[in-house]
Amino acid sequence: MNSSSQSSSRAPERQPQSSTTWLKGSHAPQTAERVLSWGRYPKTEHRQVYKPAWNDQVPEILKAAAPASLLPFGLGRSYGDSCLNAGRDLIDCHRLNRMLGFDESAGVVRCEGGVSLSDILRVFLPKGWFLPVTPGTSFVTVGGAIANDVHGKNHHCAGTFGAHVHQIALYRSDNGLVFCSSRENAEMLRATIGGLGLTGVIAWADIQLKRVDGPWIDSESIPFHGLKTFLDLSHESNDRFEYTVAWLDCFAGRSVRGIFFRGNHAANYRKNFHPKGGPKLPFELPSWILNRFSVRAFNAAYYAIHVAKKRGAIVPYDPFFYPLDSIRQWNLLYGRQGFLQYQCVIPESNLDAFEELLDRIARSGMGSFFVVLKQFGSAPPAGMLSFPRPGLTITLDFAMRGERTLGLLRSLDEVVQKSGGALYPAKDARMSPALFETSFPNWRDFLPYKDPKMSSSFWRRVTGLP
Amino acid sequence: MTNITPVQAPNSAGTPAGSKPARVKKIVILGATSGIVLEVQRQLAPRGCELLLVARSPQRLAALQADLLIRGASRVLTYSADLSSIAQHNGILECACREFRDFDTVLLAYGSMHNQKDSETSVEVLLEELQVDFLSAAAILTLFAAELERRRMGCIAAITSVAGDRGRRFNYVYGSAKGGLSLFLQGLRSRLHPAGVRVITVKPGPVQTPMTDGLPNAALFADPQHVAHDIVGSLERRSPDVLYTPRIWRYIMAAVKLVPETIFKRLPL
Repeated sequence: MNSSSQSSSRAPERQPQSSTTWLKGSHAPQTAERVLSWGRYPKTEHRQVYKPAWNDQVPEILKAAAPASLLPFGLGRSYGDSCLNAGRDLIDCHRLNRMLGFDESAGVVRCEGGVSLSDILRVFLPKGWFLPVTPGTSFVTVGGAIANDVHGKNHHCAGTFGAHVHQIALYRSDNGLVFCSSRENAEMLRATIGGLGLTGVIAWADIQLKRVDGPWIDSESIPFHGLKTFLDLSHESNDRFEYTVAWLDCFAGRSVRGIFFRGNHAANYRKNFHPKGGPKLPFELPSWILNRFSVRAFNAAYYAIHVAKKRGAIVPYDPFFYPLDSIRQWNLLYGRQGFLQYQCVIPESNLDAFEELLDRIARSGMGSFFVVLKQFGSAPPAGMLSFPRPGLTITLDFAMRGERTLGLLRSLDEVVQKSGGALYPAKDARMSPALFETSFPNWRDFLPYKDPKMSSSFWRRVTGLP
Repeated sequence: MTNITPVQAPNSAGTPAGSKPARVKKIVILGATSGIVLEVQRQLAPRGCELLLVARSPQRLAALQADLLIRGASRVLTYSADLSSIAQHNGILECACREFRDFDTVLLAYGSMHNQKDSETSVEVLLEELQVDFLSAAAILTLFAAELERRRMGCIAAITSVAGDRGRRFNYVYGSAKGGLSLFLQGLRSRLHPAGVRVITVKPGPVQTPMTDGLPNAALFADPQHVAHDIVGSLERRSPDVLYTPRIWRYIMAAVKLVPETIFKRLPL
């Protein structure tokens, strides 16, 4: 259905939103609009979704809003409810996607909050610039990347996305357009980085790009057994490789096995690069498709394929950074009930807790389709509520199977809480207020910077505040 | 003229890899800030086109100009004017002929859609809709048509709507304005054909743009990127004269036009 042009085949797919209203006549007011996050759980109705096409329309929306009623929304790639505002309003920012300036000598681009990372790559990679930090999908907005202070495979050397934001302009409901940088309103900048959209609407941000030689990554994949081996590999690689990450077969239990990926931008590799579009899942698959046997088989096959593969190769950047972006709407794989992602960080000194975590998952029999493991670096957090901190972070997906899934996740919470770890709000739809408190003990410092007209489902759930 | 702002592209290292060589060169865009054409401009920019953007808000034009230059347009001029005001049209043509000499394509993209119910009760709203969607469009196209006819070259494209193919009770006002414009273009095409000037009628189905936000089933409307891709393609090729986009609307409208009026008037469409 979609055309073959480069721009449309690589364009960010928007979350399908079904309007529940069948109103006759034009411009009838929308009563409720269903907007889902990437996990498609929880199922939320919103009162109204504003879709400004220009930055100059944002102040009117803020002015007219009631206290604690709004939340900016990007491409809906947060997994849980941190990008949702059930029963209240959203400001869908995807049309605010213009690049307003580029300082070529410094490599700094100024773009509106709704510009997607894939858009930045499409424009700037051919000119020899790359994102300073990128998460596992390029279909996120700059605003979302700042609001969640996202991290990537280079966290050990580059820190988080927020560390590369020089300046932002923020629409506040109480103060108009506020400029924030390390020189003015520095605390507001720190609050907005990782601030889950609650400090206002980002009008534009200045992002520091990184010089690269081309779109190619010099990568290696190394099979490993055991957490200890993973850590050795990670320690050894972190000095020599800009990007490191591991995939884990969660069915192996305590005898962990996986594939360690590491890579650098390939220098002086001049092969023609043709970006490819991929298939698209057209609808929700029946939820029985992902069962413990199919997931186990997938994990075994994935492992076997990578063991058989050549260890080193020069690959395009997109399968290296964004393996899942090639299947659009892959989240429909989990069926009608959706899925929950679980990402925690556990201090490295506490490897026992980590093994306990893996053990509980293996014993539950609820395997995760795709498990990712990464050692965070020691860079100081860029934002007040930034998630990354020194330690090991693991990311798991679980199909939503009601109480069975929630029960397992609660039992994982216990381990995280005891170990002094933390949970990632961008992935969460159900953490308890107590675990939020453990994860972000200084969250009350954030309160003075929160915009009084902003709120989110996540915020209300974990803080109990409006 | 004070509101013209010529800006040269930053010295970037050529056009981005993978973009096609420019065949569409110098394009005047009337209504540069309207929904569908935003996407068209974005797909034209990496081809290294030169653009003259005409729209009302200088602020929005400035943002667009910066964006399109970064995305590869080789030159972007802006001119702020209210296109619905026919008195301002001469200024636009003058500016184009003076600052944007040898433009080869004119793309008319603006339009408005009021709530149909309002124009049933208020003649003022009705006339405004006809003024924006038909009268002013026909007026400015007449100016540009004369210029291109004189030069015996170029292309005029205008975005009308499938709503103009048959009057429906729920949007016949918008439909009649757009249908009128389609007829106007049809005649213009025939008139300009001997001069070698091409005229393209673009008839999009419902598209997800700010104009259609809040309409029922907006989630099922076409993706503007898809529609823009078709439009850019039609500017670069020699055919068709009438572009339905997405393509399925050619067949839908063919079927809709076949329904006899005595049945059609009873349908709640």
